[in-house]
Amino acid sequence: MSIKTYDAGVKDYALTYWTPDYVPLDSDLLACFKITAQANVPREEAAAAVAAESSTGTWTNVWSDLLTDLDYYKGRAYRIEDVPGDKESFYAFIAYPIDLFEEGSIVNVLTSLVGNVFGFKAVRHLRLEDIRFPLHYVKTCGGPPSGIQVERDRMDKYGRPFLGATVKPKLGLSAKNYGRAVYEMLRGGLDFTKDDENVNSQPFMRWQNRFEFVSEAVSKAQRETGERKGHYLNVTAPTCEEMFKRAEFAKACGAPIIMHDFLTGGFTANTSLANWCRDNGMLLHIHRAMHAVIDRHPKHGIHFRVLAKCLRLSGGDHLHTGTVVGKLEGDRQSTLGFVDAIRESFIPEDRARGLFFDQDWGGMPGVMAVASGGIHVWHIPALVTIFGDDSVLQFGGGTQGHPWGNAAGAAANRVATEACVKARNEGVEIEKNAREILTEAARHSPELASAMETWKEIKFEFDVVDKLDVG
Amino acid sequence: MSIASSIGDHATIGRYETFSYLPPLNREEILEQILYILDNGWNASLEHEHPSTAFDYYWPMWKLPFFGEQDPNVILAEIEACRRAYPDHHVRLVGYDNYAQSKGHSFLVYRAL
Repeated sequence: MSIKTYDAGVKDYALTYWTPDYVPLDSDLLACFKITAQANVPREEAAAAVAAESSTGTWTNVWSDLLTDLDYYKGRAYRIEDVPGDKESFYAFIAYPIDLFEEGSIVNVLTSLVGNVFGFKAVRHLRLEDIRFPLHYVKTCGGPPSGIQVERDRMDKYGRPFLGATVKPKLGLSAKNYGRAVYEMLRGGLDFTKDDENVNSQPFMRWQNRFEFVSEAVSKAQRETGERKGHYLNVTAPTCEEMFKRAEFAKACGAPIIMHDFLTGGFTANTSLANWCRDNGMLLHIHRAMHAVIDRHPKHGIHFRVLAKCLRLSGGDHLHTGTVVGKLEGDRQSTLGFVDAIRESFIPEDRARGLFFDQDWGGMPGVMAVASGGIHVWHIPALVTIFGDDSVLQFGGGTQGHPWGNAAGAAANRVATEACVKARNEGVEIEKNAREILTEAARHSPELASAMETWKEIKFEFDVVDKLDVG
Repeated sequence: MSIASSIGDHATIGRYETFSYLPPLNREEILEQILYILDNGWNASLEHEHPSTAFDYYWPMWKLPFFGEQDPNVILAEIEACRRAYPDHHVRLVGYDNYAQSKGHSFLVYRAL
């Protein structure tokens, strides 16, 4: 072992943290950052600075560096690549030894990787594009409380996407009127209804009151249709103690599923709630309020695929992924990439879909992709093609805006979805033949015919802000 | 009730999950779905139950799943045999996906009156 001496002062980061010959270990946690450095900062130095600041380094040498084996604990920038079509920024690949992170703690991973380093002066913009979690680390996390297969078995629904809707108007209904809206949608043919994320426990509708009326609505719709139903009771709360109190009451009401906002609520609360759900046979729907603040800018922040992977590890059975076709932002190839990342057990690197690493989840269950926001019957052929069966298609306005009301709106969505699934199974290209399939299905469903007439002109065609990097 | 007077109203009726919002599938349409099950490498299976207990998860199986059976006409014949043996039961066709350890498909092929 070489003898090192203490040399006070500031050294270039690259001397210690730029290691182009390094071959990452299977157990390393790998990250890809898109770095936009300040003028005159060489790429290697900027990449090394990010590796240092997100692992063991600080701005100057300290004597106590020599009391540890820094070569074992340091993060290493091991590769730099051009960003296609962008001269200003570059990708830096960094490997972190697994012992830098507490087992099962997404909080600890994020505090390191997207902590102080994002305010670092040497970089102008910084974006975390992707993380490869080594299987060694995956095995320390609880993951989805139930996962896709168990949810299908519990809900007894196979061979098609689930259908849902968020209750509208999202704020201001009394609990009893709210339950009415839920009952009407479920009896009409939806599988799930959802609390809007803004609904927690406001003066117009306290949570306890809502949980009771909604549970009555769910059980009556279930009894009358002979199908299993659920409503995502939002237990997102000001404190963890309050969150668990609401979760316990939901269980006492017989609810099959509850809901949490993982970013505003935080990963500590989310992981604890996921563990509670696993112990109590409760499905967990995850909303993603605040994500666009973090993930929408193409040069700064965290890409949603990283947040999605973190959620799979922290725990959730459903995750909102955008719709590609509705009112909210989402590039198709990129969305397909992170939808695979939450549902499949092994996802290979695929730059055309924004996936920078192979990702192996081992036996960790998958998360249902939720497509929600500004979608209606005319979008269903595209949605079934994009999202496949292991998804929840959620039509809020597209159910409750039906001229005949919620039950007919629900039936229209259900008829259209089943017609598309049937045609797909017969080998028909359903996106290409959308009009024929829906028109034929509407011959037997005046509810669908009316929905098609109502929304025939509505499109959301704006250019996507956060596109994949292509030359 | 005339059609004109029911415009605007959606009546609740008992349903049976996938495809129960479509008109009943005819023989050719059922054949297409059997082919979909077989093309996915899944094993076809039949279950039947009396409407009074159809909400239960478990319905009795009709024989064992048809492991390895690739001829859709054999499965069509089994549906017919099951229906004749239990004329007052619903019959559903299932595709067992052993990779996902779940059902890849499941829908009613005969609805008891």
